[in-house]
Amino acid sequence: MTRITELPVEERVLPGNRACAGCGLGIGLRAITKALEGRAVMTVPASCLTVLGGMYPVSSVRMPWVNCAFPSTAAVAAGIAAGLRATGRGDEMAVLAMAGDGGTADIGIQALSGAAERNEDLIYLCYDNEAYMNTGTQRSGSTPSGARTTTTWSGKRENPKDVPRIMEAHRVPYVAVTSAAFPTDVYDKVAKARAMRGLRYVHMHTPCPSGWGFDPALSVRLGKLAVESGIVVLYEVEHGVFRLTGRSAALAKAGAALTPVGEYLKAQSRFKGLDAEAEAAIQAWVDERWAEALERHARGA
Amino acid sequence: MTKRILTGNESAAWGARLARAQVVAAYPITPQSPVVETLSSWVESGEMPAEFIAVESEHSAMSVCIGASTAGARAFTATSSNGLAYMTEQIWWAAGARLPIVMCVANRSLAAPWNVLNDQQDSMSVRDAGWVQLHCRDNQEILDTVVQAYWVAERTNLPVMVCYDGFLLSHTAMPVDVPDAAAVDAFLPPRPAPLQVIAPDDPRNIGPVVIADPRRDADGVLRGGYMELRAAHHEALLAAADVVQEAAEAWGRAIGRRTGGLLVEHRLEDAEIVLVAAGSLVTQLTLVADTLRSDGVAAGVLGIRCYRPFPAEAVRERLSDARAALVFDKALSYGYAGPIATDLKAALHGAAGSPAVYGAVCGLGGRDVTPEALADEVRRALIDARAGVVDRATAWVGRLQEGVR
Repeated sequence: MTRITELPVEERVLPGNRACAGCGLGIGLRAITKALEGRAVMTVPASCLTVLGGMYPVSSVRMPWVNCAFPSTAAVAAGIAAGLRATGRGDEMAVLAMAGDGGTADIGIQALSGAAERNEDLIYLCYDNEAYMNTGTQRSGSTPSGARTTTTWSGKRENPKDVPRIMEAHRVPYVAVTSAAFPTDVYDKVAKARAMRGLRYVHMHTPCPSGWGFDPALSVRLGKLAVESGIVVLYEVEHGVFRLTGRSAALAKAGAALTPVGEYLKAQSRFKGLDAEAEAAIQAWVDERWAEALERHARGA
Repeated sequence: MTKRILTGNESAAWGARLARAQVVAAYPITPQSPVVETLSSWVESGEMPAEFIAVESEHSAMSVCIGASTAGARAFTATSSNGLAYMTEQIWWAAGARLPIVMCVANRSLAAPWNVLNDQQDSMSVRDAGWVQLHCRDNQEILDTVVQAYWVAERTNLPVMVCYDGFLLSHTAMPVDVPDAAAVDAFLPPRPAPLQVIAPDDPRNIGPVVIADPRRDADGVLRGGYMELRAAHHEALLAAADVVQEAAEAWGRAIGRRTGGLLVEHRLEDAEIVLVAAGSLVTQLTLVADTLRSDGVAAGVLGIRCYRPFPAEAVRERLSDARAALVFDKALSYGYAGPIATDLKAALHGAAGSPAVYGAVCGLGGRDVTPEALADEVRRALIDARAGVVDRATAWVGRLQEGVR
């Protein structure tokens, strides 16, 4: 695993961009662009990332970047990859499609599923801040149970859609879950994905101070707590082989108990007023998924 | 040059092949499907060196074309009806991003109610999206127009829609001269460098958020806001009228056959009434006009080949001596009138001595359009014109009004 001191020094995400203070996306994007070493073209739909990237005629990311319409990310990326191949530039750069959770789990899932079924040669990275943050915190298919949003005023009643598992069901060469709170984990997974061909799917948990309701100074701490609580499990499935990675692997190896979800929930205003029963249901959801992850890790599939 | 018996869809596929389309995005919809089936077989057999991507929807078909065209490749797809409606968001994106994509539309009615047969409601419904829109009369014109479309698209940085009537042309076989690949290559060289470049060593942010007002870039140069970019797009589209004409002339020089241009003209000299339409109906109307002429009615035909940009100036010039123009639309702007009729009225507004313009809607959902019904409508219009009627409601040709609920 790459250590933080070993990450490439060159920055491709410029300071002074339009992301909110404490935005997990900025941390994650720095690691992603370092892993791609600028030899990639990004495809980006409507999202917080569009805002981070900047308004015409300036940009905050020093990489070729193609904006696209909300539902079309995976298809536009597939078109870029095909266009590069057709013009003899297929080996010049990787194609990175990078969308938020709404653009992936909801409106973009048809194009993503089609691209996965065709095993298009691209990296699809979903940064999951668990709601439509760019439009003012409306619920998405990825919003966790209990979270208040501007379309779930008393808390969302349903569990989030498990997009990584959906992608696994397509049997693409690589599926990984990472967290912007662990930049080296992001870096390693994107670097590994870059070296592969076919459709590589990376799901990045991305703390959002403004949407979740916490102090922007605590983004990394909260992202780490999500992993330590088992809300987010860091893993990868490479050609069908499952393994826990990073902090999740360390927790499994130590046989350590997860931090109860209560601490993570209490740190955010979106879970304010959650009753004991709802919290217990979230804990049960976490425990079940963690048990499954441990079992798969042991079995390697 | 080889003479082949081709359907309209096969002619469209030949056009894409001869134009050396490099990325083909494919999704089937009736009556377009044989276009992508034909291209698929050529790509698989190696006869056509292209990336063929069988996508999961029309929305993604246009998305793939957008990506491929942005990367610098010549991109092609085809659709019909609800498929076009489904990709409408991307139709706007392709145009606003100034990508020289070419797409065939085998014109078909829009549901509901469900109907797979011909009218032109689909392409008319996206006339405002900023594409060049060309309508073909026959299969020869389909093949020639697809190749010319890339010539136009790559000079104007605008996408071009090549429309032809579903089933009436898409599934009707007729003799078509297929030009030699070398002759087409001489007419249409490889795509010039794209407007926006994807280059890691010179990174650009393509198609980002643009605010209303002009804004300075990092070097202090003032760049247009949303309105300036839209104005540039509009002006490019207006200027494309000349490019469409130049394409026809260049094609004539290279291939030896004159196809294309803005308008189709038939017996306009001394015409008292001019019949106006787009698509295969133009061919039919020339026969109707000939019949009317033999009955002593001075009828002529003005076919709208280039619908966007609308050739307003040329239309004004051609119609200046007529008493009336009768427009046969195979579409409606529901709640108002036929789209071509409306555009023609606008084009003639204020022009001295301009003819009365009457609208008639026909052939919706594949309703048979007979020469007799067309001729009857012309005679009715002529009576009104001679009586000085300047405006009247859209007529319905071939609509049964009694005994139908």
